Amino acid sequence: MKPWITGALCAAMMTAAPVVAEEVLTIGVRSEASSLDPHWTQLSADVQVHEHIFEKLVALDSASQPIPGLAVSWQALDDTTWEFKLREGVKWHDGEDFTADDVLFTFDRLKAGISGAPASPAFQLDKGGKVWTKVDDLTIHITTDGPYPTVAEDLAMLPILAEHAAKGAVESVDFNSGKATMGTGPFKYDTFTPGASVTVVKNPDWWGGDVEWDKVVFRPVTQDASRLAALLNGDVDIIDYPPTVDLPQLQENPEFTVSTIPSDRLIYLMPGYKHVERFITDNDGNVMVPNPMRDWRVRKALSLAINREAIRDRIMGGASLPAKNIVPPGFFGYVEGLEADAYDPAAALALLAEAGYADGFRLMLHGPNDRYINDGRILEAVAQMWTRVGITTEVDAMPRNIFFSRLIRGDDLSMPGFDVPEFSMSLTGWGTVAGEATYTVSGTLETYNAATGGGNGNFGRYSNPEIDARSVLAKRTVDSEKRLALLQEAIRIGMDDYAYIPLHFQVNNWAMRAGLTHKPRTNERTLATEISRVD
Amino acid sequence: MTEYIIRRVLQALLVLMVMTLLVFFGVNVIGNPVYIFASSECDQACLTAIIKDLGLDQPIWRQYLTFVGNLIQGDMGKGFTHGVPALHLILERLPATLELAFCALLMALVVGLPLGIYAGLKPQTWTAKLIMSFSTVAFSLPVFWIGIIMILTFSVQLGWMPSVGRGDTVALGGVRLSLFTLDGLHHLAMPAFTLSLIMMAMVIRLARAGMREVMFTDYIKFARASGVPERRILGVHALKNILIPIVTVLGMEFGGVIAFAVVVESIFSWPGVGKMLIDAIGVLDRPLIVAYLICVVFMFVTLNLLIDILYSLLDPRIRLGGGRA
Repeated sequence: MKPWITGALCAAMMTAAPVVAEEVLTIGVRSEASSLDPHWTQLSADVQVHEHIFEKLVALDSASQPIPGLAVSWQALDDTTWEFKLREGVKWHDGEDFTADDVLFTFDRLKAGISGAPASPAFQLDKGGKVWTKVDDLTIHITTDGPYPTVAEDLAMLPILAEHAAKGAVESVDFNSGKATMGTGPFKYDTFTPGASVTVVKNPDWWGGDVEWDKVVFRPVTQDASRLAALLNGDVDIIDYPPTVDLPQLQENPEFTVSTIPSDRLIYLMPGYKHVERFITDNDGNVMVPNPMRDWRVRKALSLAINREAIRDRIMGGASLPAKNIVPPGFFGYVEGLEADAYDPAAALALLAEAGYADGFRLMLHGPNDRYINDGRILEAVAQMWTRVGITTEVDAMPRNIFFSRLIRGDDLSMPGFDVPEFSMSLTGWGTVAGEATYTVSGTLETYNAATGGGNGNFGRYSNPEIDARSVLAKRTVDSEKRLALLQEAIRIGMDDYAYIPLHFQVNNWAMRAGLTHKPRTNERTLATEISRVD
Repeated sequence: MTEYIIRRVLQALLVLMVMTLLVFFGVNVIGNPVYIFASSECDQACLTAIIKDLGLDQPIWRQYLTFVGNLIQGDMGKGFTHGVPALHLILERLPATLELAFCALLMALVVGLPLGIYAGLKPQTWTAKLIMSFSTVAFSLPVFWIGIIMILTFSVQLGWMPSVGRGDTVALGGVRLSLFTLDGLHHLAMPAFTLSLIMMAMVIRLARAGMREVMFTDYIKFARASGVPERRILGVHALKNILIPIVTVLGMEFGGVIAFAVVVESIFSWPGVGKMLIDAIGVLDRPLIVAYLICVVFMFVTLNLLIDILYSLLDPRIRLGGGRA
């Protein structure tokens, strides 16, 4: 045997031998972190890794409600000025002190823009026209260009970087290599092997208390079946998104545990409101004038014709929460008593007859088939349910890279800034990441307005002045009780009018080996600090 | 020879140009990556800013010219997803794929060749029939299914094999390889075997067919008549002649295996380039897609060249160069 091979083999055996009994947690994740630059992307798969290393001024609890992070408190001094008090005695991973200067550096870096990063969270700083000033080493003032209530929620999206480590760092590259990857969080950067793993090690000096794991390894395993197999044979300790068909068996198996929580992602069907919709025709194939979706009775009938429990039990493996609310329970803006429509095909037929569509019509239902959990199968189920009440529905499912472009920009009539979405009925989702309904109401229910940013997710082009008035006011109401009332009214009006047809909230599941407990999170992220050993 | 190689390189450049054109315009037709990446809270002004930043507001021909300009200077652009130079990303992951593909090729040859030769020499025996049924099965079962069944059997039920990932690696000349660690080999075995199956089946069939044909040719008869030992007849005279179709087919197949090992890579979470390509297509990461395909074209051209050179070594009647090779 050649000496260098022998050497390699010896090295391999030495690394294979256990050195010290350290607590290692291996997490099998569906999507790989694409960059360790926390300003490069805001995608969930990335953020969940960033959150082990970096922290934000404002943290989010497991129901996505803001709690103190690197800031211990914040308050509105007046309608446009917010004061953030920073936490004392926080150290960077190299032992340097964390100060207001780091916060200013972070915000300035984002303000300058992360060039080439389409998913950067930088836009969160532009919202409300934020301007930041340092008052002293532990106090920051943020002023906005008008009353703006969600400063804290926006800052919960912005990880703070160490000025001494990240100054002049090359975007993404220097963070992947670990050169600039300096945070204040519970774990320190260890290694990043693209496609294979990200490893972080314990930060013994974390201000937040004892960290249970010496080392945490994130391993991307894209295929559902392989991820499950990796859990079953012990290659990983916990996985996110276990395949929904396997959930019942996992729950019964004493060697594994499943943790579950409704997510912030609402899955809903959005009708198109143009006077004439291309994909809605009468039974002979002629375009209908007016578009039947403009009649709320038709929209209600469509909602009543959907059997949400059947979708939950037969398609989602029990992992969905039928909904009429647009944010999940526990979120700011949740409306008590707004229950999902019960399946009632008879009432649906009656409503359709009342609206003058007793003979039904034809509809093309569009949606992605690789974006949401079981999206393709949901589309088919809904189409069958609608066909049963006389609305002959065809499904056109497509990969997300095609779907979203057509959904947003779509039509041939489109010009930049004056998009004309294409679909007459589509399945999409909306995640209320900030735990707060203001942008969900504004984004999905408000009239589309490219200039103000209202209705930026309103691809059906629904428009209701009663909602607009409340939504626009809510965005400027700092007093949280008043804002809550406005949001709840807007949601109730919108949902009573069936502005769109909510199906369910996805339910997040994690499967882990017995002997671990996990406190699940609404926002789909897997955090090692929320996983502990009980054996 | 030199002239031949130069001509080949020029051809390759032409192919490259056509390919970049196709990919560039093709990806553009599918959709706009900004709509996939941008947060749902990103409003019109924010979308416009991103589109401008990525240069996607320019007319497509101008984007293309910019791209070609950068390419000539050796810059393939930065991927939207990772923010890392695309070429760097590809080179970082290519060793994993190459390693997998080479092991698969080796397995296919080491196992397939003897089996095929045996089946060709003694076609009527049960063993030969068994070998041929194996090749049919290996050929017709979907790779995806085989991979999952292997994981279920050897990882989950028996617990002998790790199910995912690449295992320990050692750096050799700046390239990380798992081929030289026990843990690495352990991780490599199942994916490489799965990937080798189709090639193996092909080698078996080609070797068998070749053997059956060659053994009845005159030169073998003459060799026998002049008392050349049977082992030498098989090992030198017959083998050399059955190898030509095998080299041809494997050469083509091998390129495909490297470029599109994506199924096996996904099942076994092998951190190779195939998986990266699929992810890039999923989010329309154009710089990465284009850069990858350029590398693939380059690889195919090189492989074809190597095959042609191998031909001339295997069969002296084939000569490269000259007027029209």
